[in-house]
Amino acid sequence: MYWKETMRQMNDIGVGSLVIVGLVSIFIGAVTAVQFAYQLGSSTIPRYYIGYIVRDIMIIELAPTFTCLALAGKVGSNIAAELGGMRQKEQIDALQVMGVDTVSYLVAPKIFAAVFVIPMLVILSAFFGMAGGYIACVAGNLVSDAEFMQGLRAFFETHNILMMLVKSVVFAFLLTSVACYQGFFVTGGSIELGKASTNAVVIANILVLLADYIIALVMT
Amino acid sequence: MIKIENVKKQFGDQEVLKGISTVFEEGKTNLIIGKSGAGKTVMLKLLVGLIKPTSGAVWYGDINFTALNPRQMKEIRSQMGMLFQGSALFDSMSVEENVKFPLDMFTKLTQKEKLKKVNETLERVELTGSNNKYPSEVSGGMQKRVGIARAIILNPKYLFCDEPNSGLDPTTSMKIDALIHKITIENNITTVINTHDMNSVMEIGDKINLLHFGELAWVGTRKEVMNSDNDLLQDFIFASPFLQRLRDAANLNATRKSKA
Repeated sequence: MYWKETMRQMNDIGVGSLVIVGLVSIFIGAVTAVQFAYQLGSSTIPRYYIGYIVRDIMIIELAPTFTCLALAGKVGSNIAAELGGMRQKEQIDALQVMGVDTVSYLVAPKIFAAVFVIPMLVILSAFFGMAGGYIACVAGNLVSDAEFMQGLRAFFETHNILMMLVKSVVFAFLLTSVACYQGFFVTGGSIELGKASTNAVVIANILVLLADYIIALVMT
Repeated sequence: MIKIENVKKQFGDQEVLKGISTVFEEGKTNLIIGKSGAGKTVMLKLLVGLIKPTSGAVWYGDINFTALNPRQMKEIRSQMGMLFQGSALFDSMSVEENVKFPLDMFTKLTQKEKLKKVNETLERVELTGSNNKYPSEVSGGMQKRVGIARAIILNPKYLFCDEPNSGLDPTTSMKIDALIHKITIENNITTVINTHDMNSVMEIGDKINLLHFGELAWVGTRKEVMNSDNDLLQDFIFASPFLQRLRDAANLNATRKSKA
């Protein structure tokens, strides 16, 4: 394992994606809270359920899935373009001729870094989502501060955290391995490189959603 | 010494190399020349193991390189250096980091020792002081020099150059040729250059292999080029009308002298 390269990838994927993950999560949390408040309307369901729903839906579904769909676009296309560019500029050939194991040097650090860092991003995303929900509810007078906090603490299941982490690890592996494959084996010129980058995002998105369904079936 | 034995390479229905056998000699600058599409790049890629031949074998000394698995190939590859057509420098690394890369990968030298070796190698290719520049900040000729520095920093036994003159002006091109030739002689290495640059042929070609549509059409030294009656070679070397006129003038002079 090439640790220096792995650390570089962790920085690129993790730190480099903080802003987009934060923004996406805050808005998703806020929208979820507003929509659920709208659905509740004047029903007899307690208002603090908004906090509970925002928490669970962020943990179980939205944080891992939306984060990884966003990362498939940002990180996946970046990886495919980087490796594809290296292939076209003969840099991968140069590594091979030097005797460097190209898969260990170029692919393994990316996958390892993603599998390690993306679950952390997903955890942060869940927190950002809840914060977004809180801001939307309290600022929009949908529910009081105390009620939202009561909802966040209600009916907590640790199993949901496990499901979130399993999803994030599986999705991280899928989105990086698809991107690495698309980039590493690209042939032709700039049009093919563009196609490889697009394929990396499209295929990863489909696989993430398929895996999401399978994990939901298995773990619920 | 590198020997290739009856090497054939087929891509689908197209046979790119049609049973080539030749020897690349130690301490010499061996050239592979030929028109575009003759199979030069495929041959070079076969030599370094980037592609496998459909049949035939590549020998490094008494080791059949073709029969080795990727792990075993590493041993031979540790003795190889290669300059790629586009230099293949790593964009995100500085000149120093590019040249140091093989040392980082394959040696346990201290940073101080590595830096000393990098500076010595950069001095050898006349790039002293360019350590902190990035590939995008240097000219094509300088990129080639960095590529050469990276290729020779581990003192390889075999040096491969794919079109080292492509995209360079004639003066820089000659300097690169001279540098490669000098390294070949000083280090007594086996150098194989894939080129269609006539100046390279006449200046540094110790042994020249002419490929013509996948077949070896002619083998000889640069001294033998002028006197060869091989039509394919003559057509290739004297392709331009200017060179044809020079040749005719030289022949005319020779005829006059012999009559006198």
